[in-house]
Amino acid sequence: MEILQQLFFYLVALVSVISGFLVIRCKNPINSAISLVMTFFCLAMFYVMLHAPFMAAIQLMVYAGAIMVLIIFVIMLLNLGSEVVGRYRHAVTGAFIASGLMFFQILILIKKGDVSTVPGAINAEVVETVGHTELIGKALFTDFLLPFEIASILLLVAIVGAVVLAKRDV
Amino acid sequence: MITVYHYMVLSAILFSLGTIGVLTRRNAIVIFMCVELMLNAVNLTFIALSSHLGNMDGQVFVFFIMTVAAAEAAVGLALMIAFYRNRESIDVEEFNLLKW
Repeated sequence: MEILQQLFFYLVALVSVISGFLVIRCKNPINSAISLVMTFFCLAMFYVMLHAPFMAAIQLMVYAGAIMVLIIFVIMLLNLGSEVVGRYRHAVTGAFIASGLMFFQILILIKKGDVSTVPGAINAEVVETVGHTELIGKALFTDFLLPFEIASILLLVAIVGAVVLAKRDV
Repeated sequence: MITVYHYMVLSAILFSLGTIGVLTRRNAIVIFMCVELMLNAVNLTFIALSSHLGNMDGQVFVFFIMTVAAAEAAVGLALMIAFYRNRESIDVEEFNLLKW
């Protein structure tokens, strides 16, 4: 059972890294978008493995559903073709050096930072018996009520802003 | 045993991939998708640590990150449509109005 879990983790991790790589290397934006959907599906699988099924469902509905439909709609509306990838070699080299350095820095931080091994109140059994949605809802409407209201205002502003920007001749 | 470190290294890889994409690509929509990839890498870290520590706060943060990403998608794509109307292209090389 343990080895099966590890095998599944590495398989999904491999698929997510490969599709993440395809996002940045595909010449056609539509192919990038499809690869990004694949990455979102892999991340949803990880959320299920981490005992967060509600977040997995939200990931699929909001990201793989709503946001990706919006992006693909705009790509098709603007009728974007393939582009020349990596026209400037020095830019590509600089990008690889910068993100490689950042990656190593993150690795050092992960290795040095000691995550507490004391488990908190919410473990797999609690999620199983109480339900993940209920736990999220309780946290959202008690401790995080003000951020929740601010998020609703943010969405309202975004709706108004998007309509104004897309409508008028800017 | 899959520990929290596995998830954090994976999310570091995904975040670095997103950075490479943002720095190398020239199509504004692809850059936008790479930013989404970086946001998702951070989400994975939040949920892995939240599950490891037995605390709901990280997952509520992911909720808010998704809200911000949705708002960003709406406004960003509207901006791209407005820009495409002016320039007939969304190549970032053309975004040089404020360039010195």
